[in-house]
Amino acid sequence: MSGPTRRETLLIAGGALAAAPFAASAQETPRRGGVLTVHFATEQRILNPSLQASTGVYIVGGKIQEPMLDLGADGNPTPCLAESWESTPDGKAITFRLRRGVTWHDGKPFTSADVQFTAMEMWKKILNYGTALQQFLTAVDTPDPHTAVFRYERPMPLGLLLRGLTDLGYVSPKHVYETGDIRQNPANTAPVGTGPFRFVQYERGQHIIAERNANYWRPNMPYLDRVVWRVVTDRAAAAAQMEAGQILFSPYSSLTIADMQRLGRDRRFEATTRGNEGNARTNTLEFNFRRPELADLRVRRAVAHALNIPFFIENFLGPFAKAGTGPIPSVAADYYPEGTPQYGFDRALANRLLDEAGHPRGAGGTRFSVRLHPAPWGEDISLFSTFIQQSLAEVGIRVEIVRLDAAGFLRTVYNDHAFDLATGWHQYRSDPAVSTTVWYRSGSPRGAPWTNQWGWADETIDRIIDDAATEVDPAKRKALYADFVRRAQEELAPWMPIEQIFVSVFNRRVRNAGNNPRWASSSWHDTWLAPA
Amino acid sequence: MRVLLLALRRLGASIPTLLLILAGLFLLLQLAPGDTVDALMAQMGGGDAALAAELRRFYGLDLPVMARLGDYLWRLVRLDLGFSAIYGKPVATVILERLPATLLLMTASLSFAFAAGMALGVLAARRVNRWPDTLISTLGLVFYATPSFWFGLMAIVVFSVHLQWLPAGGFGDVAMGYTGWEAALDIAWHLVLPTLTLGLIFLAIYLRIMRASMLEVLSLDFVRTARAKGLTETRVVARHVLRNALLPMVTLIGLQAGTMLGGSVVVESVFALPGLGRLAYESVVQRDLNTLLGIVFVSALLVIAVNFVVDLLYARLDPRILSGR
Repeated sequence: MSGPTRRETLLIAGGALAAAPFAASAQETPRRGGVLTVHFATEQRILNPSLQASTGVYIVGGKIQEPMLDLGADGNPTPCLAESWESTPDGKAITFRLRRGVTWHDGKPFTSADVQFTAMEMWKKILNYGTALQQFLTAVDTPDPHTAVFRYERPMPLGLLLRGLTDLGYVSPKHVYETGDIRQNPANTAPVGTGPFRFVQYERGQHIIAERNANYWRPNMPYLDRVVWRVVTDRAAAAAQMEAGQILFSPYSSLTIADMQRLGRDRRFEATTRGNEGNARTNTLEFNFRRPELADLRVRRAVAHALNIPFFIENFLGPFAKAGTGPIPSVAADYYPEGTPQYGFDRALANRLLDEAGHPRGAGGTRFSVRLHPAPWGEDISLFSTFIQQSLAEVGIRVEIVRLDAAGFLRTVYNDHAFDLATGWHQYRSDPAVSTTVWYRSGSPRGAPWTNQWGWADETIDRIIDDAATEVDPAKRKALYADFVRRAQEELAPWMPIEQIFVSVFNRRVRNAGNNPRWASSSWHDTWLAPA
Repeated sequence: MRVLLLALRRLGASIPTLLLILAGLFLLLQLAPGDTVDALMAQMGGGDAALAAELRRFYGLDLPVMARLGDYLWRLVRLDLGFSAIYGKPVATVILERLPATLLLMTASLSFAFAAGMALGVLAARRVNRWPDTLISTLGLVFYATPSFWFGLMAIVVFSVHLQWLPAGGFGDVAMGYTGWEAALDIAWHLVLPTLTLGLIFLAIYLRIMRASMLEVLSLDFVRTARAKGLTETRVVARHVLRNALLPMVTLIGLQAGTMLGGSVVVESVFALPGLGRLAYESVVQRDLNTLLGIVFVSALLVIAVNFVVDLLYARLDPRILSGR
C-alpha cells in the first residue's frame, strides 16, 4: 500500500475539484472495494473476543465475530445476532430471539446452541469481566434453534445485560470449540465468526489480513474488499506511515499526543473522539491505606486540592480530555449524576488540611515522602505522574516516582501492595457494574488488577454496589449509582479527576467512520473508502 | 579436517559460557516483578483472581523457580526450546519465522557498512589531512554521533512522507500479494531505508578503523620496498597495503555481529520489521521466558558461527596466523 505519488495526488485533487459541484449536490453513495489499512499497536495472544475483552482484540476480532447486540448511533443497544429480547418481571429469565439465516464463515448455520455454548463455557468461565457479569447465570435454555433463554439465580437488570452484551457478548461457533481445551484451540488466533470479514492470515510482527465475507447476512455488505492490520509498535513511525498513506486509521489513542494534534490540523486527516464514546476512561489516583498518612481522609482531600487539574489538562492533554467528576464519566448519560462533591484547586486549603492532620513541615519544608507508581500504558499517565510530583512538592509532600513495565506495575500495586500512590486508567464499560464498581467494592481477592486493593473497606459503598447490581428497576438503579458516585467522591479511595475518550485518527478517505459509540470495536460492515 | 576440528573445539569452549548465560538470564528475569500472566492481564485490561491462578497453572508458573530452571535446561539438552506463552507456538517456530528478516537486515547493513567503510577509509587515508579526508572523517563522526532511531525517523519523513520514493515501513507490501521475484524485489525495496539506517552508524566505525589501519601499514618498510620496485601507487595500495590493513576490519565484523542483533531493536521498531530484536523486546515486556531464552540461545549460536568464519578469514588474509600455531 504505497501512497499515490505527488503527481498522482495533484491529478486526483484536480479531478476532485472539477467534480466537486456534482459531488456536493448528490448524496454520497458508498463505493464497493478497497483495502482499509489499520494501525495495530500491540501484538495479541488471541483474537477471539468471546475469550478476551480488550480493545486490542475488538479492533480485529470485532470484524470477524459478532456480538448479540451492538450500540446504535444514538448510543442505545441495537440488534445484531439477537433480534429482540424480553425479561421476566423478576429479572431471572431473559429471552433472546436470534437472527435467522446467519451462517458461520465455514458454512455451518448459526443457532441457539452456539449462544448456549459460548455463554456457559466462555463468558461465564473464561472471558474477563464476563465471568463477573455472568456470575449468577445458571443455564441457557434453547427451546428452538432461534431462541435462547438466559436463566439467572439472582435478578439480572435488563439494561445491564444488554449493555454488557455489546462488548461481552461475542458469540463463538460451538462446532469449532466443543472438543479439546478452549484455551489452546487454533481458532483463537484464526477466528471463525459470522461477521462481515473472514479471517485470512495473522503474520506475527507484521500484519493480519481479513477479506470480505460474500455471504454476510446484511445484504450487499460489507463494502470493503479487505482489512489489513499493520503491526507498528513505534508511535512516531505509525504517524509517519499515516502520512505516507500506508495506514488509513489509527485507533484508541495509539499515536503520541503531539502527533494526534498535528495530524488533526492536517486536512487529509481527522483526529477525533467520535466513535469512541462507549469507551471512556478516567485517570486515577490510587491511595494505599496501609500508609497511615494516606488512610487519613484529610490527607487524601489535601492531595486532591493540591492538584490544578484544569491547568494540567489545558497544557498537557489538549482538547481530548476534560476534568472528571467521579467514577461514572459524563458520556454515560444513563447513569451520570449531577452535583457530586468536587475538589477544586486550593493550595492554601491543602496546606491547612495537612497541618490539621498532624503533618507539620519538617526539614526543607517536607511533611512526608511517598512513592508514586505510574502505569506504563499511555503518555498522559507519565505526564500526570510528573505533574503530581511537582504539585505535591508545593504542599510539602515529597514524591518519588517508580516506573515499572506492565507486568511489574500490576504485580507491585495490585498483588504486592508495595506502593503509596499509583496512577493509571479506569475503563468505563457501558455500565458501572461491569468494571467500575470493582474499584470500590471491598473483598476483591489479592492480585486482581484494577480492583479495590487499597486496604480500604466501606460498608456504605459495598451496600450501594450490591443493591444496584441486582436492582431491576432502571430508575432505582440510576438513583443508587448517584449515591455510589457521591460516596466515592466523599471518600476518595481512588480519585478519578480526569475524563478522557480514546482518540481515533482517520484518513479522510475512510467514510462512515465513527458512526456509532463503539465504532473502533464494531464490525465496520458499512465502512467504505473514497477514492484516493 | 583441520577446519572441522577447529570448529568443534570452538563449539566445545562455548558451551559452558552458553549455559551460564542462559541460567543467569533465567534467574535474572525472576527478579523482575510480575510474570507472563500479569503481562497478559495488562493486555486484557483486567480479569479476576481465579482466572489468573488458572492461567498460572496453565503456563506452569506455579512450580518453584529451581524446578522450572532444571526443567528448562533438561529440555535444552534435548534441543527443545519449549513453548512460547505469547505466541502459543513452539519457540523454535517463532524464532525461525523471525530469523530471515533479521539475517537479511544484518547481512545487508554489515555488507554495506563494510564495503562503504573500506572504500571511504582508503580514500581518506590516501588523501590524509586534505579536504577529502576532512570531509569523510567529519561525516563519519556525524553518523557515529547520531542515534539510529532519529536517523530512521528522519529518513522516513524525507524519503517516504515528503518525497514518497520509498515505503515507510513493513517487510513487503501485504496488500499487493506479490510472489516470486516480485516479492523479493518488494522486500529489497522495503529494506533500503532500514539497511542504510542501521549501516550508517557501523559505517562510521569501519571508516575510522580502515583509515587508521591504512595509515599505519602505509608507513611500513615493505610498502617502501614496493614503491622502490617502481609499482604504481594503485597497485601498492591494492596488492600490498589493503590486505594487511583489512585484519582489524575483519576482527570488528566478528565483534559487531552480536551488536547488530541487539542494535536492530530500534531499527526494527521504527521500520516495523518482524525481526529478532523486536521479538526479544516483546518477550521481556510480556515476560515470555521461553522465547527470550530461545532468542539468546540462537543469537549466541549466530555469534559463535560468525566468529568462527572470522577466524577462517584471518588465516586466509594472513597465512602467518595458522603457521604460527
